[in-house]
Amino acid sequence: MSHQGASLLSKLASGDKHGEASPYFDGWKAYDNNPYHPTHNPQGVIQMGLAENQLCSDLIKDWIKENPHASICTAEGVDSFSDIAVFQDYHGLKLFRQAIAAFMERARGGRASFEAERVVMSGGATGANETLMFCLADPGDAFLVPTPYYAAFDRDLRWRTGIRIIPVDCKSSNNFQVTKHALESKYLTAQETGIKIKGLILANPSNPLGTTLHREALETIVNFINDKQIHLVCDEIYAATVFTEPGFISVAEIIQNMDHVNRDLIHIVYSLSKDMGLPGFRVGVIYSYNDVVVSCARRMSSFGLVSSQTQSFLAAMLSDHRFVDNFLIEVSKRVAKRHRMFTGGLKEMGITCLRSNAGLFVLMDLRQMLRDQTFESEMALWQVIIDKVKINVSPGSSFHCSEPGWFRVCFANMDEDTLQTGIERIKDFVLGDRANKNNNNCNCLCNNKKENKKRKSFQKNLKLSFSSMMYDEHARSPKLMSPHSPLLRA
Amino acid sequence: MVSLATEKKQDLNLLSRIASGDGHGENSSYFEGWKAYEENPFHPIDRPDGVIQMGLAENQLCGDLMRKWVIEHPEASICTEQGVNQFSDIAIFQDYHGLPEFRQAVAKFMEKTRNNRVKFDPDRIVMSGGATGAHETVAFCLANPGDGFLVPTPYYPGFDRDLRWRTGVNLVPVTCHSSDGFKITVEALEDAYEKALLSNIPVKGLLMTNPSNPLGTTLDRECLKSLVNFTNEKRIHLIADEIYAATTFGQSEFISVAEVIEEIEDCNRDLIHIVYSLSKDMGLPGFRVGIIYSYNDRVVQIARKMSSFGLVSSQTQRLIAKMLSDEDFVDEFIRESKLRLAARHKELTTGLDGLGIGWLKAEAGLFLWMDLRNLLKTATFDSETELWRVIVHQVKLNVSPGGSFHCHEPGWFRVCFANMDHKTMETALERIRVFTSQLEEETKPVAAAPMMAKKKKKCWQSNLRLSFSDKRRFDDGFFSPHSPVPPSPLVRAQT
Repeated sequence: MSHQGASLLSKLASGDKHGEASPYFDGWKAYDNNPYHPTHNPQGVIQMGLAENQLCSDLIKDWIKENPHASICTAEGVDSFSDIAVFQDYHGLKLFRQAIAAFMERARGGRASFEAERVVMSGGATGANETLMFCLADPGDAFLVPTPYYAAFDRDLRWRTGIRIIPVDCKSSNNFQVTKHALESKYLTAQETGIKIKGLILANPSNPLGTTLHREALETIVNFINDKQIHLVCDEIYAATVFTEPGFISVAEIIQNMDHVNRDLIHIVYSLSKDMGLPGFRVGVIYSYNDVVVSCARRMSSFGLVSSQTQSFLAAMLSDHRFVDNFLIEVSKRVAKRHRMFTGGLKEMGITCLRSNAGLFVLMDLRQMLRDQTFESEMALWQVIIDKVKINVSPGSSFHCSEPGWFRVCFANMDEDTLQTGIERIKDFVLGDRANKNNNNCNCLCNNKKENKKRKSFQKNLKLSFSSMMYDEHARSPKLMSPHSPLLRA
Repeated sequence: MVSLATEKKQDLNLLSRIASGDGHGENSSYFEGWKAYEENPFHPIDRPDGVIQMGLAENQLCGDLMRKWVIEHPEASICTEQGVNQFSDIAIFQDYHGLPEFRQAVAKFMEKTRNNRVKFDPDRIVMSGGATGAHETVAFCLANPGDGFLVPTPYYPGFDRDLRWRTGVNLVPVTCHSSDGFKITVEALEDAYEKALLSNIPVKGLLMTNPSNPLGTTLDRECLKSLVNFTNEKRIHLIADEIYAATTFGQSEFISVAEVIEEIEDCNRDLIHIVYSLSKDMGLPGFRVGIIYSYNDRVVQIARKMSSFGLVSSQTQRLIAKMLSDEDFVDEFIRESKLRLAARHKELTTGLDGLGIGWLKAEAGLFLWMDLRNLLKTATFDSETELWRVIVHQVKLNVSPGGSFHCHEPGWFRVCFANMDHKTMETALERIRVFTSQLEEETKPVAAAPMMAKKKKKCWQSNLRLSFSDKRRFDDGFFSPHSPVPPSPLVRAQT
């Protein structure tokens, strides 16, 4: 890297707010250098750090075969090729917007309606989140974000916008639910220190928790922001992955019965990346109840429109309501099955996960395996999981979790056999660790079992040496990775 | 629902400065032209008296070649029977490096459009949301809020938004004059640079479009070298927007900055960046294929990370990768495109020549820089706007007035010719002929000299009985223009 080059550039380019100079890339790197394959590389690293939905592509492929008119590259569809290829209107194809609005409605069981006119495109949810920040806040302003939260918010919300994130810590003692007290407290502190809070952003269903907000919680949050007259951005990207009670309640649904709320404050971020498993298509959506925001975000969408080829295809597919309804049922079913399989497998070895009803992952509770309740221990354990257990999972600290020991593990981005292999590896590791600890306990004079568990006996056996916490960007930054964009060996 | 006025007031307090301001550039009076077109778009059969769109720089001449290729290569699409087995792999591919085959194909295409005189490294190819996204990203990488880029005038109006809106960067115009064919001179560059410094604007770079929009001219080797030397000496960046690279025809030759830097000893390549796109050369603006090609490793790295905000759809990457890997097709496409552009250009210029209307000699781009200075009442932009309104509302042609491109002198108009068929071109020429002959009748005869010989009295104003409403503001609800900022009318999709 040319240092002379770096001094010529903007502060943005010279700094590291892009978020990639972080230790978490070790996991990606380990996977990238040694990716698991059932036959070619059965000892490789299994990717369980990628929140992708690879469970339903068969349904889409079948639909494609049955609907050649949906593509502009078939004999049936090529007549539209030129019109579509020149279409760059930032309103988007009307049919596309209508189909997206309909999909959003159906994913919420018809309990809320969406207007096609408010659907604004963006470069994935990544672009949507950034664009909303540009619309709602000035550099130096802040947004409250309950922890733990999606790691890339740090980049998407802050990097080029200059906005600050104020984390609102949530505790495992109440299953990481955000409380009014926590919100009020953080808001007050910010005010006292002269920080201007412009809004609250959260993902519902949550990443990494996999939980949905209860009605009361949602109402509390909406009332909170309305009371303070600050914005609420709900990232509902996992809406269709909800598979069991209490079900999904969208902010769109809640405000229908809250007439006193200023709708100019309510905004939804959506995408087809998770619900439909199409992250490559970059279909981000901003849905705002604020007319000025709709207008402004639409103008900004020029910086990241959805390819008209993709709009055209999706317009056709998502207009097929029968397909959509069946798809939504299947997504939910298949995610549920994976969830059951994974949590069931973990339960057998005495590992619990945060109780969840949505998402493509679970938050695994490994607090008992930490040497001590510190993030250092968490990182150490994580290194072991990557290097020895050979699974890439995401440590809670990467999500700004306030308590160490939680790990997010994805289960929908591989086939069932690979998932089973992952479960086996975890089982071996956990049981092996327990055996070691039991052996050591016999010789231990200490009565407190909890303290015993914290001893890092597994270290001795696994003969690890941990590198320090200082991760040099040169050495560690993967050549090919961004947090949610691993290299696919095409 | 609260009335729009009160809503707006309330909203503006809630929102960011960026959202409350008008840096989006759409509160410009030039949208009148778009509005006129949208209200009454020309159609040879349904609306023969409608407004003809000549303000849209689009290349629609080779759609047939593309359709033919697409039909012959169904495996290039993941939504065909033949290509669907690739669907899953492509649909989940969101790596911001882009598909390797896509990058290789684009690099190859860039080489071919520069007559293979220079090589492009696929690892330097970075995606963006169209050239629109590319420009914004480059600005974010090279400049801090308050910094400035020099931009020779006249220039593409979208730059005002793309480079400035969310970045806080300034644009400092470098004035070019018709007296020397709007050449970019070192004097003008130095002048602009000094002015910027005096205004406390740190200059971070020079942005030029080559081939030029709106001029249609290409920079010769000496000029390019002088730009590289100027920027190198000042240690500022040179951003070359080469979006019209393949639209050269006739005798015109396109020399890329990529070629020129090979010939300059001790050139600091960390300062050289190219913005590219397939929107013009291939006529695929809807596909949003923007490219940043930088010789600065750090910029490549950072721009690539920023590309997450506007990646090219993997579905489109795949199609483009296949298409551009077909070298025979690409060669044929480029060749045919140039021939058709040349033909359409010739049709327009021959027509204008016959009417004595001048135009800047140029053989690139999808438009002509037409000279109507002699039709102005006074050499002012007010007069230009008046004339423009006549052209839009009376002659019923949506052309773009030079003022919208920040042209230093009034009286120039950009006229696009590659977004219409032959019959529409004929109709447009006929309308111009009628208009000019009307003018001839109404003015004192000056021998038999062509129009451009002398300035004439503008009696046409009284005859045509137009009423102009001044300063029309367009409520976004109705006639907001569409992406990107001029020119870009609503395409009434067939869906």
